Amino acid sequence: MIRTRGKSRGAVECTLASFVDAIEHAFYAEQIAKENGLLQKLDPRLKILAILPLIVIAALARRLSVIAALFVFALVLAMLSKVPLSTLAKRVWLGVLAFTGIISFPALFLTPGRVVFSLPLVGWIVTEQGLRAAAYLILRAETAATFSVLFVLCTPWNKVLKALRVLRVPLVLVVILGMTYRYIFLLLRNAHDMFTSRRSRMVGRLDGRQQRRAATASAGVLMSKTMQLSADVYLAMRSRGFQGEVYVLDDFRTAWFDWAILGLFTMVAAAALWWGR
Amino acid sequence: MHIPDGYLSPSTCAVLYGIAIPFWYGAFARVKRLLNTRLVPLLAVASAFCFVIMMFNVPLPGGTTGHAVGVGAAAVVLGPWASMLSVSIALLIQAIFFGDGGITTFGANCFNMAIAGSLVAHFVYRAIAGRSAIPSSRRVAAAALAGYAAINVSALLTACELGIQPLFFKDASGTPLYAPYALHIAIPAMMLGHLTFAGMAELFVSGGVVAYLQKTNPALLGERPSVTSEAQAHFPAGGGWKATRPLWIRVALLMLLTPIGILAAGTAWGEWGARDFSDPQMRQQITAASGNLAPPSAQPEGLARLSSLWAAPFPQYAPPFVRHPAFGYVMSAMFGTGLILGAFLLLAWITAGGRPSDASQASP
Repeated sequence: MIRTRGKSRGAVECTLASFVDAIEHAFYAEQIAKENGLLQKLDPRLKILAILPLIVIAALARRLSVIAALFVFALVLAMLSKVPLSTLAKRVWLGVLAFTGIISFPALFLTPGRVVFSLPLVGWIVTEQGLRAAAYLILRAETAATFSVLFVLCTPWNKVLKALRVLRVPLVLVVILGMTYRYIFLLLRNAHDMFTSRRSRMVGRLDGRQQRRAATASAGVLMSKTMQLSADVYLAMRSRGFQGEVYVLDDFRTAWFDWAILGLFTMVAAAALWWGR
Repeated sequence: MHIPDGYLSPSTCAVLYGIAIPFWYGAFARVKRLLNTRLVPLLAVASAFCFVIMMFNVPLPGGTTGHAVGVGAAAVVLGPWASMLSVSIALLIQAIFFGDGGITTFGANCFNMAIAGSLVAHFVYRAIAGRSAIPSSRRVAAAALAGYAAINVSALLTACELGIQPLFFKDASGTPLYAPYALHIAIPAMMLGHLTFAGMAELFVSGGVVAYLQKTNPALLGERPSVTSEAQAHFPAGGGWKATRPLWIRVALLMLLTPIGILAAGTAWGEWGARDFSDPQMRQQITAASGNLAPPSAQPEGLARLSSLWAAPFPQYAPPFVRHPAFGYVMSAMFGTGLILGAFLLLAWITAGGRPSDASQASP
């Protein structure tokens, strides 16, 4: 939540970079979803039923070896789904490792247990339990994040949302999620334009107080635009005959291949659940 | 503050999903009743706003920048119910599409940020802003403090959820299976950053948005959010027994289920009585639950002294005049629920200036 930046990048540039990152991430996911890989071929509803248990079992497992095996399974899935491992490393593993690594590092010294070694100069004691605690946290977070990202990268977003109905998510929520996702990009573009126009008018550097005022005023403008937009969208929907009912076209078809893959995933999940008790 | 997968045990996640679902259901029913056909576009666009606002970098004193969650601004403009739904949807999209926050921990993240954050922001804003005029600087201060309080309460809840993991979830060798830090480490570590930088980011965004809207779009800061008030005029709120009946039935069911607590073995960690320190069986339980650290051989002096200050009317959820423990639990649940309802009715009466409250006047 906190980012310390060098003086060379102000808040405006950082915010612009965040917007561009989000848009780039979404476009990249759409590209991967069009590949002809294993997960891309799978029916989205069965994909949810296949991957969600693996995420839960990665969180449930009480053996490091089982979590590591699930991680290897995720790697195999990535390769069969033509998701470059370098992409996973850059977009998932390094980020999770940096975040979770920093969090779990003190656990090496703070967790009581059998002493493994002590750091030479400071004399801090690393315990076996501390090492295992850090390994649990990092492996679990990496494995769950890899499965989640594989699911999202290999499924077009509109199909992800429709597939959520298999989890009994109410239809109206599916429609709201779909519209939210679409309007995120509109608001991102609006916000991006606001910040770009602000930057184009800036000469020299703004001090912290002025930057804060600019950022909060932009948030206020965006809030006003959001409310206006919601009223406009509502009127547009009403003018097209919207009376509160929502419909989603379900064009999913399952084949023997989908069920065979679901069976395979279920067997992996059951084995991991059994061995990871 | 977005807890990733693997930091919380599945049972903690399940409990927090269980807590969040009634709030989502209640908020959805309430907002739907107020907005009717406007529900879909308002929630969709407001959720998109919450998502985008989370990406704003706010410059902070000291040369750093921070991200705000935006829950303060959302609660002030949309009201607590629409705010908790919008922030939840934004968090879901963050978790699914952008990998920020886990899938299994989604309920926990929503409970901390969307639900608790929205309610705290709403109540702090209403308490401080009072009946001040829309352009009043008191409203800016109220919004700023509402955002600050909301983010810190969310951080405290997150720290507590992470901090209880090593107490309950360890493998045979005593290794923590999930977040490894106990409460005495998790709470200061989490709160230090949020009481300072992250809290300030939320404070500036909430206060700044309200200050900007005061000048440009004061209608959004009305007693009732402008978007909902128009719909409310067309679709008046149907309060009373009918609207709240499902909630009352659930509360009654939960009260009847309270005797399940009797089935739990042992005593909750840290909830020992002074006498437990001299009971050999309890000492064994305390040692086992505290990572094999034996408790002090004698009663802690402060505990013994302070524990006699207040004698609970229903000790151990067992009123002295009730013999059957299950019935005692139900009685205690009814008494506790009655006290909470009484406190909220009193609070509502005080905030309404001594006038009887009117459901149709309540802010959505």
